[in-house]
Amino acid sequence: MRTDDLIKALDADASSKAMPLRSAWWLAAGAAVVVAAIVFLLTIGPRPDFMVAAHTMRFLSKFVFTIVLAISAFALVRALSTPGAATGRAMAGMVAAPLLVAAAVVLELFAVPEADWGTRLVGSNMMICMTFIPLIGIGPLAIFLWMLRYGAPTRPVLAGAVAGLLAGGLAATFYAAHCFDDSPLFVATWYTIAIAALALLGALGGRFFVRW
Amino acid sequence: MSGKDEAELSRLLRAAIAGDERAYADFLHRIAALVRGFVRRKIVQGGVDPEDVVQETLLAIHVKRHTWRQDAPVLPWIYAIARFKLIDAFRRRGRRIEIDVDDIAETFAEPETETVSERDINRALGGLPPAQRSVVSAVSVEGCSIGETAAKFGISETAVRVSLHRGLAAIARRFGRE
Repeated sequence: MRTDDLIKALDADASSKAMPLRSAWWLAAGAAVVVAAIVFLLTIGPRPDFMVAAHTMRFLSKFVFTIVLAISAFALVRALSTPGAATGRAMAGMVAAPLLVAAAVVLELFAVPEADWGTRLVGSNMMICMTFIPLIGIGPLAIFLWMLRYGAPTRPVLAGAVAGLLAGGLAATFYAAHCFDDSPLFVATWYTIAIAALALLGALGGRFFVRW
Repeated sequence: MSGKDEAELSRLLRAAIAGDERAYADFLHRIAALVRGFVRRKIVQGGVDPEDVVQETLLAIHVKRHTWRQDAPVLPWIYAIARFKLIDAFRRRGRRIEIDVDDIAETFAEPETETVSERDINRALGGLPPAQRSVVSAVSVEGCSIGETAAKFGISETAVRVSLHRGLAAIARRFGRE
C-alpha cells in the first residue's frame, strides 16, 4: 500500500470520538480511588480509634507522605503518557515524598531514645503492610497500565514504574488509615518496600503490556 | 517558518479531530513529508525502509490523536511519535536479522518469491478479518468513498465506518509485530 493510499483511509476515519487523554486520566484516577476504597473496606478497614489517632502528628504525617507521592506520581505519569510533553518539572517533583519521609525519620531519631528505634522500625504490622499495600494497589495499577495503553508513552518501562508508584501512593493512603504503626521509621522501611514492589510490577507491565 | 508550520498544523489537526476531512488530508500529507525527511536523515545504513516508518508513524498519529493536548504545540508531539516508531523499527530489524538465519534455506529454495518492496503495512493488512480488510482496501487502494464502499459491499455507511475504524486500529497494533 502506498502512503497516499494509507492517507485516504486515515482521512475517511477523520473525526475522533475518543476521550482526550487528559480527561481520561482524571476518570481513571476516580475509578482507581473507588476500587482501592472497596478493597480496603472489604478487607482490613480503618482502625477503630481512627478519630482519636487523627489528632496525632505521626498518624497524620503518614497521609502527607502517601498523598504527596500519589499527587507527584499522577502528574508525572500523565506527562509520560503524552508524546513530546515536558517531564522535567514532574520528574523533579518525585523527590518531594522521599525528602519528607527522610526529614521525618531524622526528627523521629531525635525524638525517640535509641533503645526504642528497633521496636519502632519493626512495629507489629509489617507482614500486613507488605500484603495489603500491594493488594489494595493492584486494581488501581491495572487501571493505570490500561491508561498507559490508551495513551502513548515513549518510555513505557519508566511510565509503568511511575504508574506503580501512583498505585502504591494511593494504596498506602488507605492502608495508613488501618495501620497502628505510625512511626516514620516503620513507614520509611515497610511502606517503601511494598510500594517498590508495585513499581516493579508496573515496570514489567510497561515492558510487556504497554505496546502501541 | 517553523512557527508558521506549527500554528497551521495545530489548526488543521484541531479541525480534523472535529471531523473536517479536508483539513485532515492536508495535515496528513504535510506530516508525511515532514516525517519522511526526518526518518531519511536518521536512517543512514540499510535494513529499515524509511517509508515503512513513515506509514507506521502516520498510523500511530492517527490512533493516538486523542493524546495531543489541543493547547500544546503539535510538532514536538509528532516528532516524539516519529522518533519512537523509528527506534522501534531499528529494534525490530535487529531482532529480525537474527531470525533471518532460519529463512535463508527458504530464500535459496525460492529466490523469486523475495519481495523487497513489500511494505510492512501489507502484512498487517493481510492479517485483518476479511470484512475489515476489504473495507480498508476499498477506501485506500481503490480510493472509494464511504458511500461507494457501502454500495459495493451492500452494507450501511455506519458499518463501513466501523469496519474502517477497527481495521485501522488493528493495523496500527499489528504493524510489524510478527
